[in-house]
Amino acid sequence: MAALHDAHAAHGHDSALHHQFEDIEQQNESYVVGMWAFLVTEVMFFGALFLAYTLYRWAYQTDFFYAAAELDRTLGAVNTTILLISSFTMVLAVHFAQLKNKKAVLINLALTVGAAVAFLGVKSVEYKAKFAHHLYPGPNFEWHGEGNPNVIQLFYSLYFVMTGLHAIHIIIGIIAIGCLAYLHFREAPSVKDDFVPTEMVGLYWHFVDLVWIFLFPLYYLIPSLSRGGH
Amino acid sequence: MSASLSPNGQAHHEEPNYLNVTHTLKSWLLTGDHKRIAILYLISISVFFFLGSTAAGLVRLELTSPTGWLMENDTYNKAFTAHGVIMIFFFLIPSIPAVFGNFLLPIMIGARDLAFPRLNLLSWYLYMIGGTLALIGILGGGVDTGWTFYTPYSSLYSNSQVTITILGAFIAGFSSIATGINFIVTIHKMRAPGMTWFRLPLFVWAHYATSLIIILGTPVIAITLLLVIAERVFRLGVFSPELGGDPVLFQHLFWFYSHPAVYIMILPAMGVISEIMAAFCRKRVFGYSFVAFSSLAIAGLSFFVWGHHMFVTSQSMYQGFFFSLVSFLVAVPSAVKVFNWTATIYKGRVYLDTPMIYALGFIGLFTIGGLTGLYLATLGTDVHLTASYFVVAHFHYVMVGGAILGFLGALHFWWPKMFGRMYPQGWGKFNAMLVFAGFNITFLPQFVLGFNGMPRRYHYYYLYPEFQVYHILSTAGASILAVSFLIPAVYLTWSLIKGPRASANPWGAHGLEWEVASPPITTNFVTTPIVRDEVYAYDEVDEYEQVQGTEEIVHPTRTEDKH
Amino acid sequence: MSSNHSDHHILPMRVYAMTLIGLFVLMGATLLAAEVHIGPDGTSLYNNLVAMLIAITKATLVVLFFMHGKYSTNLTKIFIILGFAWVSLMTLILADYGTRRFEPVPGWDREIESALPRDFHRLEEHRPKSEFEVNVRARP
Repeated sequence: MAALHDAHAAHGHDSALHHQFEDIEQQNESYVVGMWAFLVTEVMFFGALFLAYTLYRWAYQTDFFYAAAELDRTLGAVNTTILLISSFTMVLAVHFAQLKNKKAVLINLALTVGAAVAFLGVKSVEYKAKFAHHLYPGPNFEWHGEGNPNVIQLFYSLYFVMTGLHAIHIIIGIIAIGCLAYLHFREAPSVKDDFVPTEMVGLYWHFVDLVWIFLFPLYYLIPSLSRGGH
Repeated sequence: MSASLSPNGQAHHEEPNYLNVTHTLKSWLLTGDHKRIAILYLISISVFFFLGSTAAGLVRLELTSPTGWLMENDTYNKAFTAHGVIMIFFFLIPSIPAVFGNFLLPIMIGARDLAFPRLNLLSWYLYMIGGTLALIGILGGGVDTGWTFYTPYSSLYSNSQVTITILGAFIAGFSSIATGINFIVTIHKMRAPGMTWFRLPLFVWAHYATSLIIILGTPVIAITLLLVIAERVFRLGVFSPELGGDPVLFQHLFWFYSHPAVYIMILPAMGVISEIMAAFCRKRVFGYSFVAFSSLAIAGLSFFVWGHHMFVTSQSMYQGFFFSLVSFLVAVPSAVKVFNWTATIYKGRVYLDTPMIYALGFIGLFTIGGLTGLYLATLGTDVHLTASYFVVAHFHYVMVGGAILGFLGALHFWWPKMFGRMYPQGWGKFNAMLVFAGFNITFLPQFVLGFNGMPRRYHYYYLYPEFQVYHILSTAGASILAVSFLIPAVYLTWSLIKGPRASANPWGAHGLEWEVASPPITTNFVTTPIVRDEVYAYDEVDEYEQVQGTEEIVHPTRTEDKH
Repeated sequence: MSSNHSDHHILPMRVYAMTLIGLFVLMGATLLAAEVHIGPDGTSLYNNLVAMLIAITKATLVVLFFMHGKYSTNLTKIFIILGFAWVSLMTLILADYGTRRFEPVPGWDREIESALPRDFHRLEEHRPKSEFEVNVRARP
């Protein structure tokens, strides 16, 4: 490792610069491109789920309409609002990181984490209601309304997989933002001298928001087939 | 010369190289050095290769008798699944990118390391965690679904250790995503001054194409496997026909990744072959830009052909037409590569060293593997040949004859660079020919078997006893192949201790990796190199021959043995 | 230093605020659009199109302004486009379902021998058997 540090010392005028890069600009663009390459994999990851959703929605339009009627549109809209606001506070955190305003960065990161926790809170209320009504797939699934109960169960399979994976991404986001806030609090050179780590966490967080932008209309706002209701 | 290095690595023999700069176990397990991570990968994939080969040996032994003599039905299912899962997910996919890509890519483009060293280390740990989980599943109970994990068998019926094995494959997927992201960013952003895109070695182009496939395809299999786990564990039913789901959707999503994954396995091997052909023909690769772009073309087309695995499922026949057509199109960039390698030999000064023998073997075997693929891409013949030993022979010609010969060729080509030691040339050449012979004896009979109707994954064929002679031939070849995999293990290990020291450029090849010391120092280069010429700028008269003052083909390593 | 290079990245806060307002307006629009039925009876196609168009617009706003896609380098832009272009490739799978029926065959789960060829038993009865086969077939 000695040689490694020598090379670092030879090149590093900047403490945020890693040894393998020539200058901070190269490092920053590498980070951003790397993050986007990762987000490409995330897009494909959720893309396969959206594809499965599209297929079954197209095949079973009426049943999906009945099933979606059980979802709480208000809570969905509240969650959308929360996530949009959290995206805004996140981008402000990046903005203040560029301006090197530590206090404003910390406040905005805290607001973002708060919004994320609120989102999960609303989500857990929704999940709890579904479990109380036996609307989770498996042998205990119960459906007494209109429509084919098997297909309704398929709808809830997709619902739990997609919103569940989204919720896992939110939890990972909370951890990432928490770590970032800690580094800002400690004034670590990696985030103090360089806003790009903050920007990268921001990119991830906006991606989580992006997924929800599609999940919301696809699950909560399924339209009926006719003016009369279905 | 392809690059000018002011004080290049050779001048600093006293300086510690990446192998002996530190000695503690911790310095290896927590390393950020791409070369050390490559060595870690080399050791671990060798272990998985050994395990996968053992399973293959069991399968071959069982098939020597038409009524089966070694295993019960279930055990046989578990044996071929173990072979498939280990070989595909834990050997072939990481093999060349994670070992040679990791080791060489930064050196070839003149960088000190990959863009994200810690991500690189994480990828090895993910690979090890995934591999361990899969092994727990395979050895502790076994999996009987086949490596394809088709639903609804894998999700509703199989009573074997499917969940933990799939979880292993899922985690290993993230390891390959990490490698892919790292390579893409490194190739885009870390090239040395003057290293333009069209001065890049073809090995780098191949790895760029591979990385694109990895980041675009792997997430799809990850989510698909996750859904199968969810079906088994939580009884969710996305692929369950009982709920109106479609099991064929699983096959669509599975092959959306797994067909491109075939190119994840073969493209890096093609990159290796391009390097070896240039080095041992002492000639620029014929049609450099065509070979480079054919890699990208294969990567692009690979995403439009997955349906040819599903011609006999309920897939729409109209889509069958489409996939059949595009599958034929893949033959075009593949043929571009084969013809260009062949044209490289023309008027080149061919040195039949060990790596070159592997490369020539690759070209022949890959051509057979590729052309038999066209039989399977044809809608009509596929109905007859699907799920038969013809398919098995076809993809082993591509995977073993292509990817593993490429791997062995790369191992023999860059071994002196990685460890600074030469292996015995006689043994190397002998073994390269033994692999070729053993391979053909193993898999050529399987074409005949498959064409005559031997289905894959069956171990009783007593209705057709005439198949036995081909199966015995195949098993005999497999034993030769097994020996030919053990021989390099012995002489390469021997060379680590007793092998003569290798110079920085034992083959007289061009490229930045041959201008740094063998083995390289931790930061690869003393100063960042400035590239002034393309990588395959071999002179009209071989520099090495100039030095020797003779036109006689002298083995380049002979002079180095004195060290 | 980093701040020298990144000066052009610092956008006024007004841009972010406008984006947020735009997103809220679009969210209201999609909620309203879900309440009314658009197009002829018997299909929700037009409603779905409107909802997806609004979602795509929202996503574009987020990518361009919150994720600084508009201000990034060409290389980053290529990767942004690559991700969203490639995911649309999966609609090729939908083309399969558009050109065939996809309901499971009734009784698929009760047909034990479904893995055998359709007329396996008839073929087996009429096929001439070798001596070897007759001797070993006794084995289960």
